[in-house]
Amino acid sequence: MNVIQPIQVPGKPATATLGLLDVDIHPRPKSLEEFRPFLTDRWWQHMLTWGMRQRHGFTGGSPPFPKAQPLASRRDSWPPNGGTPCSDLDFMRFQLLDNYGHDIGVLNPLQPSGQGDRNNAFSAAMAHAVNEWQLEQWLRKEPRLRGSIVVPYEDPIASAAEIRKRAGDPNFVQVLMMSRTAEPAGNPRYWPIYEAAVEAGLPVAFHAFGYSGWAMTNGGWPSFYIEEVSEHATSCQNQVISLVVEGVLERFPALKIILIECGFAWLPSVAWRLDTHWKHLKSEVPHLKRAPSEQIRQHIWVSTQPMEEPERGQHILDIFDWVGWDRILFASDYPHWDFDDAREAIPGIIPKERRAAIYGGNARALYGL
Amino acid sequence: MARHVVAPVADIPPGGRHVITVGERRIVVFNLGGEFFALSDRCPHQGGSLCQGLLSGHVESPAPGEYVYARRGEMIRCPWHYWEFDIRTGKSWFDPKRVQLRQFQTHVETGAALQEGPYQAETFPVRVEDHYVVVEA
Repeated sequence: MNVIQPIQVPGKPATATLGLLDVDIHPRPKSLEEFRPFLTDRWWQHMLTWGMRQRHGFTGGSPPFPKAQPLASRRDSWPPNGGTPCSDLDFMRFQLLDNYGHDIGVLNPLQPSGQGDRNNAFSAAMAHAVNEWQLEQWLRKEPRLRGSIVVPYEDPIASAAEIRKRAGDPNFVQVLMMSRTAEPAGNPRYWPIYEAAVEAGLPVAFHAFGYSGWAMTNGGWPSFYIEEVSEHATSCQNQVISLVVEGVLERFPALKIILIECGFAWLPSVAWRLDTHWKHLKSEVPHLKRAPSEQIRQHIWVSTQPMEEPERGQHILDIFDWVGWDRILFASDYPHWDFDDAREAIPGIIPKERRAAIYGGNARALYGL
Repeated sequence: MARHVVAPVADIPPGGRHVITVGERRIVVFNLGGEFFALSDRCPHQGGSLCQGLLSGHVESPAPGEYVYARRGEMIRCPWHYWEFDIRTGKSWFDPKRVQLRQFQTHVETGAALQEGPYQAETFPVRVEDHYVVVEA
């Protein structure tokens, strides 16, 4: 017998004294049949007949390169009883929640989610179905999990309606958008989403990735996957600049934005550039009353995975000093191949009490858990 | 250093692998064409379990237009972040000078020798007529 079962040694990170809250877990269905109960006949037939058609170049939304590992997932995350990575609640408990001692894990369904579909009405139907599916398949079965309200963000009115449907349901802790949208995220056409989120008292998370209809990088289509994953940071820079400059953060003073899987070392540099230009170009944007850096530090939270890893440890401390030690949230990105192990991921140079805040305290305060 | 019986030789065919725990350590044993190599199962990067990784080799090119897929099945790739290690040496392919998996000595012993000797097979009976892989750890 060839024994290759995983051997795990469960245990919470020693410094997670304020709990372990993980803001980035990606559940999948075992098959599309799981969405059947939550789609009307009209949209179920549409999906079977026409399929999901993302706003994306190349063939039907498929990436133009393989993403490191099959389904971009850890090779050991395929459930032994079949199905795709993170499609089996029991195996996910074994490999993630129980293994690391999670107190809370936040689900960010990416594929399929209906987000970025060319057909806005289908996008809205799918987003609704994915939210019902989160409740039915995950949240009602596992009290440690929380959901994200998946919104069909290219149809902001439908998105706002979906948020209002979920408002007040403690199963959902944030609204989920992608870092690549058809227009920059500060564009007034997206404002109904932010308005509804603020009304519901929920943060809006931008997760790296998405189907915008535009090339993945500012320079066009990349040749390699490594370009795309590195570009996750720049895809979010557009969004932050747009949210600031269009005045979203001033219009919605209670709005909280979370950047997931986008890195953060670039955040001070974007803010410095914005501040400099704002001093000279104020007359172009007279609606901006406060310095961009001040707005960014007030409204934006970031997540750890993947953290930038400067050669000199002191540099990461300097960056966190700027971003704000209460703004950093632990993320595992399970089950993706670039997953972070909770016990290994936070560098030892970060003082203990700060690590405790990153593991749990900051997310508790942000989500009010 | 204690010696531990890993498995009957027939249970780890060429290209196969077997993982055991010794105390708190995880050790994975590979069979490369009849030779056994034992390495720490814990990836030094973030602790991924190497026994779940993919075996691979390397494309080598002695001259333009000439290339061979060499050392097929002799590299283990971590199932998490793609770190690759040479099963024969335990060395990281990316950073061989600084990153290396701990190696353990392996032997093949007869069941008769094991029953007479000071060895322990904790999870299965040792039969006189078989051969067994033994690791020193």
